[in-house]
Amino acid sequence: MPTVHLAFSPAPQYVRTARLVSVAVARRAGVADELLDWVRLAVGDACGRAVARHVRHGVNDLVRVIMSDDGPYEVRVIDACGTATAAEPAVEAEDPAVAEDADRMAETLLAGLVEDLQVSRGPDGTEVRMAWPVRRQLSDTTRTRHDGRT
Amino acid sequence: MRPVPGEHTAPCLLDGYDPRMELSLGSRQVAGHTVVEVRGEVDVYTAATLRERLLAVIEGGATSVVVDLRRVDFLDSTGLGVLVGALKRLRLAGGQLALVCDSEKLLKVFRITALDRVFTLHDSVEAATAAAPAEG
Repeated sequence: MPTVHLAFSPAPQYVRTARLVSVAVARRAGVADELLDWVRLAVGDACGRAVARHVRHGVNDLVRVIMSDDGPYEVRVIDACGTATAAEPAVEAEDPAVAEDADRMAETLLAGLVEDLQVSRGPDGTEVRMAWPVRRQLSDTTRTRHDGRT
Repeated sequence: MRPVPGEHTAPCLLDGYDPRMELSLGSRQVAGHTVVEVRGEVDVYTAATLRERLLAVIEGGATSVVVDLRRVDFLDSTGLGVLVGALKRLRLAGGQLALVCDSEKLLKVFRITALDRVFTLHDSVEAATAAAPAEG
């Protein structure tokens, strides 16, 4: 399955890189132009939420983003703050109520932006899976051309 | 003059707007209102700069603040949170916050989060300043 993997340190300045990459891969996968802004926003919010969770729990592991351009364009944003980590006391650099508000806002926005959205929480981390329909497969066209077929 | 968060050039910040900068801020007085003009991307990284600027404006005594978002091409939930925080703070102080936004893309973000019912949204600075009483 053609994929692009990205992993970045849990710091806010790398979220922009993640969303730029996600849009580049989405464009190549054949996601309609009018959806690209929403891909950018949703991936940015999912990554921002992951970074905030890492910072809040003092977790330095990388945030992972897996983009698959096979079939629907699928992006999975995976943090390393699982149910086991969440049991640890959070590093409270900010007001917990503010952090909860921010989480809620991010989740509301994601739910409104992405029709095909799944959030799964496991012992190792949380995975936000988002998918968008594609209308053409540029990668298939390229592959056919390389194979010498028309 | 003390540097203000997000202010990168002088005397007129916006004349010196550099598209490579992710966020630029400028503020001015319009008919007794403090207008904060935001350009670029408001996200999890840059939102802190906007928060500091709005706090500085409010702590400086502004009671009628208009945030002009027309040059913003990206606004995520962190940015929305900053705007909500400024609104709460101003209301507690008896002030008001209005937003200027004419982009369907941004308006959709406000609708999805139901914040279009919380904020007063205008499509021009003139409309925003005409709708609210000026600072005393």
